[in-house]
Amino acid sequence: MSKLISIQQAVDMIPNGAVVMFGGFMANGSAEGVIDALVAKDVKNLTIICNDSGLIDKGVGKLIVNKQCAKLIATHIGLNKETGRQMTAGELIVDLVPQGTLAEQIRCGGYGLGGVLTRTGLGTLVEEGKQKVDVDGITYLLEKPLRADFAVIFGSVVDKNGNIAYHGSTNNFNNVMAAAADITIVEAQQVVEIGQLHPNHVTTPGVFVNYIVDRGECSG
Amino acid sequence: MDKSEVQDFIAKRVAKELTDNSVVNLGIGLPTRVANFIPSGITVHFQSENGFVGLGPAPAPEDVDPNIVNAGGQPVTILPGGCFFDSATSFGIIRGGHVDLTVLGALQVDEEGNIANYLIPGKLVPGMGGAMDLLSGAKKVIVAMEHTVKGAPKILKRCNLPLTAAGAVDLIITEMGVIEVTTDGLRLKEINPQYTMQQVQEATEAVLIVDEGLGVMC
Repeated sequence: MSKLISIQQAVDMIPNGAVVMFGGFMANGSAEGVIDALVAKDVKNLTIICNDSGLIDKGVGKLIVNKQCAKLIATHIGLNKETGRQMTAGELIVDLVPQGTLAEQIRCGGYGLGGVLTRTGLGTLVEEGKQKVDVDGITYLLEKPLRADFAVIFGSVVDKNGNIAYHGSTNNFNNVMAAAADITIVEAQQVVEIGQLHPNHVTTPGVFVNYIVDRGECSG
Repeated sequence: MDKSEVQDFIAKRVAKELTDNSVVNLGIGLPTRVANFIPSGITVHFQSENGFVGLGPAPAPEDVDPNIVNAGGQPVTILPGGCFFDSATSFGIIRGGHVDLTVLGALQVDEEGNIANYLIPGKLVPGMGGAMDLLSGAKKVIVAMEHTVKGAPKILKRCNLPLTAAGAVDLIITEMGVIEVTTDGLRLKEINPQYTMQQVQEATEAVLIVDEGLGVMC
């Protein structure tokens, strides 16, 4: 069965109230086409897991501005003023997480691990309510795994098996998120035939990817 | 000195702390300027926490590659010999002690090396981004900032804003001087000759210990 689906089929899968991970870092390496289609569909009450809240007109920022997000788990929201406004007004719940911790929580979620021990956040608000674990005399925070119903990620070159290669700094959270959702949808800047992507140039194995959307269609 | 000249003066002094072949992460704002003053004969590998080592200067407008941005989302370049990776690897590099030096700005720093730079409750809530990981993982932490904000000290006995990290700061560099965080307290290692010792202390809430070998900051 082909993994290649239309953008409409992709957004039809994502219901109100879904927990969705979005790859991208300040909208660099972000699935802009699927996000635009989600804005058009006006899916509501999403829980969004993303490095940041994008910009008002880029990345997941568009979903926030359109008030489709009920809860956001992110590391930084400073470049999208609307996020801060909605949070202050009590319209949006925001959980701020250190960036390395977020990456590891997602990695644990996708890689079958029960959590990660990190020293990041000790002595700060981040440690509140979390278990501390001593290993050989060093104290760590236990950070639990994060998973999602959907991961909406980006790939620069994607073969029809879902194997992904990234250009520039577009990888960021895309690779870890691919493994951490029940259904992973990659928006490909370019789709190529099987065999056209050298196995050594693949960063994200296609086994993590359920569906591929061709960006060519999105911009058309 | 105007604000930009003050920031350059601080950045220039921070750059003297760079060592050959080191891996360095610069925070957004003033710390970014450090890259403009790398001492000659030294190679520094800048890490960008969104996923690469070998961060180069901003490209000319016609050379912008939209795939390559820094952690602030601005177009940058990657130098020959650099490499890209995902966020998990990026923070493995950061937490795992593979970053030799990080330079960050701060809202407050105190005499125990505590730092607050990500949250003013009810006012400013940008989030910590990668700062907490950098502070807990980098081998050396330099705070580069203006000495006061609107005349009020930023170097305190005890931070009263939520901390980004506890006991993480090694060195504080401002336009007034260079201050080392030690177990005895804050030690003034260098002073900008434009200021008297009294002026520096008055602009600092924490008590400064004057180093016996006090040098001139330039």
